[in-house]
Amino acid sequence: MSDHEYIPKSNFGKWFNDRLPLLTLANHLTDYPTPKNLNYWWTFGGILTFCLITQIVTGLVLAMHYIAHADMAFDSVEHIMRDVNYGWLIRYIHANGASMFFLAVYIHIFRSLFYGSYKAPREIIWIIGIIIYLLMMAAAFMGYVLPWGQMSFWGATVITNLFSAIPLVGEGIVTWLWGGYSVDNPTLTRFFTLHYLIPFLILGLVVLHIWALHVPGNNNPIGIDVKKPSKDTVPFHPYIVIKDAFALLMFMIVFAFFVFYTPNILGHADNYIEANPLVTPAHIVPEWYLLPFYAILRSVPDKLMGVIAMLSAIFILAALPWLDTSKIRSAVFRPLYRQFYWILVADVLILGYVGAMPAEGLYLLIARVATAYYFLHFLVILPILGFKERTLPVPLSITEPILGGSSNLAAARDDSRLEKLK
Amino acid sequence: MSEKKTERRDFLFTATAAVGAVGVGATVWPMIDQMNPDASVKALASTEVDVSSLNPGKTITVLWRGKPVFIRRRTPDEIDEARAVKLDDLKHPEKDEDRAKNPEWLVMLGVCTHLGCVPLDQKGDYNGWFCPCHGSHYDTSGRIRKGPAPTNMEIPKYEFVNANTIKIG
Repeated sequence: MSDHEYIPKSNFGKWFNDRLPLLTLANHLTDYPTPKNLNYWWTFGGILTFCLITQIVTGLVLAMHYIAHADMAFDSVEHIMRDVNYGWLIRYIHANGASMFFLAVYIHIFRSLFYGSYKAPREIIWIIGIIIYLLMMAAAFMGYVLPWGQMSFWGATVITNLFSAIPLVGEGIVTWLWGGYSVDNPTLTRFFTLHYLIPFLILGLVVLHIWALHVPGNNNPIGIDVKKPSKDTVPFHPYIVIKDAFALLMFMIVFAFFVFYTPNILGHADNYIEANPLVTPAHIVPEWYLLPFYAILRSVPDKLMGVIAMLSAIFILAALPWLDTSKIRSAVFRPLYRQFYWILVADVLILGYVGAMPAEGLYLLIARVATAYYFLHFLVILPILGFKERTLPVPLSITEPILGGSSNLAAARDDSRLEKLK
Repeated sequence: MSEKKTERRDFLFTATAAVGAVGVGATVWPMIDQMNPDASVKALASTEVDVSSLNPGKTITVLWRGKPVFIRRRTPDEIDEARAVKLDDLKHPEKDEDRAKNPEWLVMLGVCTHLGCVPLDQKGDYNGWFCPCHGSHYDTSGRIRKGPAPTNMEIPKYEFVNANTIKIG
């Protein structure tokens, strides 16, 4: 993918690289030409990689002390918190790490929505990203079940019961998922297994995600195709590495704040009560990062339709590259889309808020309006906007608006003019 | 080349693919079926409950197959209320007479048919049960009256072994 052939300097390097071209790969990753106008919203890819590694490492350590058994799981988590050396720290990093992971992924997704990063030729990157997001939700949900507290148990009951909405085979599927007639020990052990597996699936998909990214290269804030390598790009190392590292440090400050000052604020007190199959907590809510979808589920009065609406809200994202008919990527040049974008951000935040509130009265009404708008945005507004919107003129290169140049397209497209700029 | 004749090789391809498909199926099914309830789970199929100390207007909750079962000794008012309801008013029409063979005793799975929470006793708009999770209201016969749940709370198989003992399952 680099434009030049890489030849290692040392003889051993040559010998090794001829047999396994790892050095070519390393060279590709360091020299990788990156648009020079990437802003801090582009640093979340690196931050997410950090989050994944953190979850895998802390998870591995927790698994050395945790016991996946309905009679012992709750106590083993308390054992980690009280007895294991630094167990409290490792568990708080893991538990808050999940929230930080979702915080970063939501910023990453909304960055993509703003700058049109999902559009051709990056559809596959986007779809792999959506699959990763789905797996993250599955991993987070199953991880939350493992401490075997009240929220663990009832969250697992409610979410697995979503499958019972499927006509005819639904009940059979739920029994199969549970390995019994209710959430119980067989459910816990299989959730533990899958919770352990999924991060490694995500890791594999991250490799594909980056591979697919490195074919067309990064999108950028003005959303134009960039000639690589050129005046418009900088090598990944050291420029982007330093920028990513700085952003990561800032992110870790936020992360550390939660871990050390308010480690339980994102959880639920009910989960410090051991699971009891006879009593449902008065107010069941999922973790904050699932609330918008939970609000959509509850806003539909029919069981099956509610489940379908909730799943559609996620899967509709995979169709986004084809629902958005505009050829212009970046919202910077789409004055109308920019407004609808912020309305969508507000809509999702509102859904998140009402998802945490009881499903009755005014909250239910707001949830219904917000749910309707969510689908309206993707199914009606985006397809029409691509045809109706008057977009602003898009610069021909990243350098052009800064260094000036003729607005005459024919002159500007002349390569000799670009040569003169060099 | 224009006319394709069935050859020995075509037969071998088809036969190999068929054997392969059966082999894959035979290997995959045990992998799937191992997740279904195992013999030890199925063995816990019935529970006997002593209800002699239960007074009218009281409910006890017992665990059967990992699920709560409500046993309620209903008051005459509750029975009258349940039996007075017209079937047309019900989302899932069932007669109270069919749900409680012995009108004084209502035995049912204490599991909301929406997403499986345990409804609260003596709550809701119909004096029966109310599910705190997503707001389903049930009447004194455990029938769904309002909210997202699609069906009435399930009546398990049960019988009176003697005057004081109910066997569930």
